[in-house]
Amino acid sequence: MKLPVAAVLAFALSAGFVQAEPVRQGDLEIDAAWARASIGSSRPGAAYFTVRNLGDEADRLTGLSSPVSAMPMLHETTLSEGISRMAHVEAAEIPAGGELTLEPGGMHVMLMELTTPLKEGATFPLTLTFEAGGEITVEVPVFGPGATGPAE
Amino acid sequence: MKLTFAQKMLWAAAALALIAFAALAWTGGLRASGTGEATQEAFRPEFRLEDAATRPVTSEDFRGRYQLVFFGFTNCPDVCPTTLSEVAQVMDGLGSEADRVQPLFISVDPERDAGAELAEFTSAFHPSILGLAGSPEATQAAAESFKVFFAREDDAAAPDGYSMAHASALYLIGPDGDWLRQYAYGMPAADILADLQNRL
Ligand SMILES: [Cu+2]
Repeated sequence: MKLPVAAVLAFALSAGFVQAEPVRQGDLEIDAAWARASIGSSRPGAAYFTVRNLGDEADRLTGLSSPVSAMPMLHETTLSEGISRMAHVEAAEIPAGGELTLEPGGMHVMLMELTTPLKEGATFPLTLTFEAGGEITVEVPVFGPGATGPAE
Repeated sequence: MKLTFAQKMLWAAAALALIAFAALAWTGGLRASGTGEATQEAFRPEFRLEDAATRPVTSEDFRGRYQLVFFGFTNCPDVCPTTLSEVAQVMDGLGSEADRVQPLFISVDPERDAGAELAEFTSAFHPSILGLAGSPEATQAAAESFKVFFAREDDAAAPDGYSMAHASALYLIGPDGDWLRQYAYGMPAADILADLQNRL
């Protein structure tokens, strides 16, 4: 199938064309990392990504660090009977051959005590620590405060 | 017509199933569920709060316009921005009819959200969104009049050691002040827009 170049280009432009390249290390691949611009630096930011486990043993995401946040934490939003809550998650499993997706309304990296506002168009490094896979650092692009996914 | 025993049992089972289904549909229709489709008796939410410039704002100020109301807090980087960005898309989608709808963001965390804080937050999503906050009592009263739940929950893993549990739906109030419906969290902006356009 051949797509008209103009259509592809239009899509790429509408998608912002800033999607991060997947980062592979060992059996793990981090893909589609993105963050929402923070509104000031006194309020927390949120970052999202997908981890793929290409190996045949489960691994666990156990830690986070970033120079932009003095208190980054894995949080999960739960919606029950229309009420939303956020709770800290100690660790998240990535099943063998499976993936872990962080997305709005679900799991997110809560970037608290920002050292600098997250500005739209900027990027920042985020280091993920896995029980078996060790540390993997990805560069996270910052989208608008109302962005809802990695392709905006 | 003669029915065998087995046929009679089947007809009985079908009749029972029909009764059960009717009962389910009946109770399901009466319950104010999270789907937003359920019918609910008309009520008229009221509030007396303040805008970012600490001017008093009440529910009476919006008579003649639809109001799209969300309860949230500005230290909420996950759910609240998702909903407010949907509100922004709806407002843009309304085009020339946008002035017939007033989006309101009511803070359930007035301790942290007041004055300029509120304006900085709402304007990041859309200039039309009006942020409102009030005393703890006024906030509670506003939420109760919308039949909306919120609660402060202590949490060492949250900014300032606490987070807010809150209803995540959008509420539509009519030009006469009557509660019309809710749009559940995650309902696409296009669907909300289509519903609004049907009413305008
Ligand atoms: Cu969070």
